[in-house]
Amino acid sequence: MSQVETRSAGDLSVSRPAKRRARGSDKARAEARLGWYLAGPAFVILVAVTGYPILQALYESLFSYRLTAPGDREFVGLKNYGVILTDSLWWKALGNTAMITVVTVAVELVIGFALAMVMHKVLGWLRPIVRTAILVPYAVITVVSAYAWQYAFGLTTGFMNVVLGLDDFDVFANKWSALAVICLSEIWKTTPFISLLLLAGLAQVPSDMTEAAKVDGATAWERLWKVTLPNMKASIMVALLFRALDAFRIFDNVYIMTKGAAGTETVSSLAYNQTISRLEIGLGSAVSVLLFVCVLAICFIAIKVFKVDLARARGEG
Amino acid sequence: MAGRWRTRLGILSAATVLAGGLTACGGSSTASGTPTLNWYVNPDNGGQAKIAADCSEQSGGAYTIDTSILPRDAAAQREQLMRRLAGNDSSIDLMSLDPVFVPETSEAGFLAKVPADLQQQWSDGVVDGAVQGASWKGELVTAPFWANTQLLWYRKSVAQAAGLDVTKPLTWDQLVQAAKAQGTAIGVQGQRAESMTVWVNAMIASAGGEVIENPDAKGPDIRLGLESDAGKAAAKVMQDITAAGVGGPGIDNRDEAATANLFQQGGAAFMVNWPFVYAQGKSAAEEGTMDQAVFDDYGWTTYPAMSEGQEAKPPLGGIDIGVSAFSEHQDAAFQAVSCIVSEQNQAAYMVSDGNPAALESVYDDPQVQEAYPMYDTIRTSLQAAAPRPQTAYYNEVSQGIADQWQPVSGVTDRTPGASQEYIGEVLRGEKLL
Repeated sequence: MSQVETRSAGDLSVSRPAKRRARGSDKARAEARLGWYLAGPAFVILVAVTGYPILQALYESLFSYRLTAPGDREFVGLKNYGVILTDSLWWKALGNTAMITVVTVAVELVIGFALAMVMHKVLGWLRPIVRTAILVPYAVITVVSAYAWQYAFGLTTGFMNVVLGLDDFDVFANKWSALAVICLSEIWKTTPFISLLLLAGLAQVPSDMTEAAKVDGATAWERLWKVTLPNMKASIMVALLFRALDAFRIFDNVYIMTKGAAGTETVSSLAYNQTISRLEIGLGSAVSVLLFVCVLAICFIAIKVFKVDLARARGEG
Repeated sequence: MAGRWRTRLGILSAATVLAGGLTACGGSSTASGTPTLNWYVNPDNGGQAKIAADCSEQSGGAYTIDTSILPRDAAAQREQLMRRLAGNDSSIDLMSLDPVFVPETSEAGFLAKVPADLQQQWSDGVVDGAVQGASWKGELVTAPFWANTQLLWYRKSVAQAAGLDVTKPLTWDQLVQAAKAQGTAIGVQGQRAESMTVWVNAMIASAGGEVIENPDAKGPDIRLGLESDAGKAAAKVMQDITAAGVGGPGIDNRDEAATANLFQQGGAAFMVNWPFVYAQGKSAAEEGTMDQAVFDDYGWTTYPAMSEGQEAKPPLGGIDIGVSAFSEHQDAAFQAVSCIVSEQNQAAYMVSDGNPAALESVYDDPQVQEAYPMYDTIRTSLQAAAPRPQTAYYNEVSQGIADQWQPVSGVTDRTPGASQEYIGEVLRGEKLL
């Protein structure tokens, strides 16, 4: 922290002529040019691949437009947004999505950290085996994982009702039990991702600091809270941000397990239903735009409020 | 200098390869000039692929038919076809269409106009409901291929123990009482899906009502008939099933296949379902996964009535064959459709895949009669069957019904009115679905 403050204070103290000199030097100009040559193509492709669909969705969202009735296309301005934001279905879907995001990311962070510690501590021939075993769920395709969980809890195909003593209780016909299974499958599938990110953070914690704390008589708990976690802050925040964005866009699990029945709609499944199932391109685009706004809001909150520093997470700080 | 030439040569080669690739992608004809027709089929036991091969051979080089398989779910089939057709995809020549999506496809201009002589030829001798399903605004726009209907299936031993007279039409109330008395269940499809609309529509039609009163109207002008005496009678059947506890396990997530399995495994002694369950039970008995005695206990009759003396209007399903408006070989495609829906092919398809024919004469075929002892019940049911609402907005109506009438245990006296209001708002663009 002090490092950052010192640096920013130093930046402020640089005089204007000095700055101009630095900017104007041939070396700096050449580096800037090289930077653009290297990053330019990627930037252009990024704008084409992501920018174009976003602008197209924004444009389409202003129309009442059904794919199978192109002749009835009509400009309606912001009406679609009004319909969505005054519909209880949107708010229910948003609530479900937020709940899934908070629950899964919180649980994954705790389990993921424990797994990262295991991967970090284990040594010798056991290390590759443990790491591979932990990463297996992440290698499973989400749709396959969703089917596996659905079959496991299905009344006719599953064994979980017997294991849990649920008898003939239909897990997927009840909102909360269905959401619980959806969350469980999400946690099972993506905890390895978080643990990988946290493992990278653990590797960056200076061992001399931990050892010094040990010598000073700090307990394991104190070392964790006062040395390890503060040094991993950047990794933890990046893991949180990446997983929160991922969880907020949840679609596959819900689509496979309930198709949004029993009140389990999420924002993505709502967008799918309007755009793909109903072919109401205008309304669906408006839902997608709102989903995009939510994702932007999560990024903004993470970067501005929680001060996630992506550069520090890469080890540049 | 040499380097520049090499670069130009490289660009030329790449362009040639790319152009060749694009030609290969876009072309649908073989080098010999025989057009290749691409037929998008719903999944089956391979019967449509066999018909495609037979018709290709019989055409004497006039065309070759290739098949591409659509998703299993009817709604997913529609999604794929509509997205392709909306993009003017010329790779679709023929398509197997669920009758409920015929109006939307036709209204969007995605179907090639059927010549008048073929309209006559394709509808001659076909059951009325199937002709209605294949038509839009009074004109045949697709060819009826097969025409499905639901029957009431029962375990003979249980029906006998309950004292049911299966020679007369049964009512839902009789079934509920019998199932309750025998401690068994009635297999119905309570999933939030298309199958829910099939059930609700059949009950409303059987009670003398209509889900849509003006099917030709544009979305916002559609008048729904859910909030009616017939709608309330349909809701009452569901309430009775729930109150008597005869819905069976997992009713809210059960589709046709799950219902068939429940019946097969003894979890329900009564069930409403399509005739495929007979072929499924037969092969299970032959493979030894089900006792032959259980299969021998299978009984069938026409769909349950809403009240005594009132004729039931069973669900009508099936598949129609449409020719795409964007096909580059429409003449050959029309010829191919005539071959596909021939009496011989419909009979063979019914025997091989268990899907009932749309042509009435097929039911006189001894092979069909031998494979399907209930052929006469199917024919009777097809004659009485009521199509689902024929509207270009079927998807909205169907999803709205499935959304509001599920779970079955949640259906009350207010459900018909609530669903009418909700679907009306969706059709007027005031609500999400």
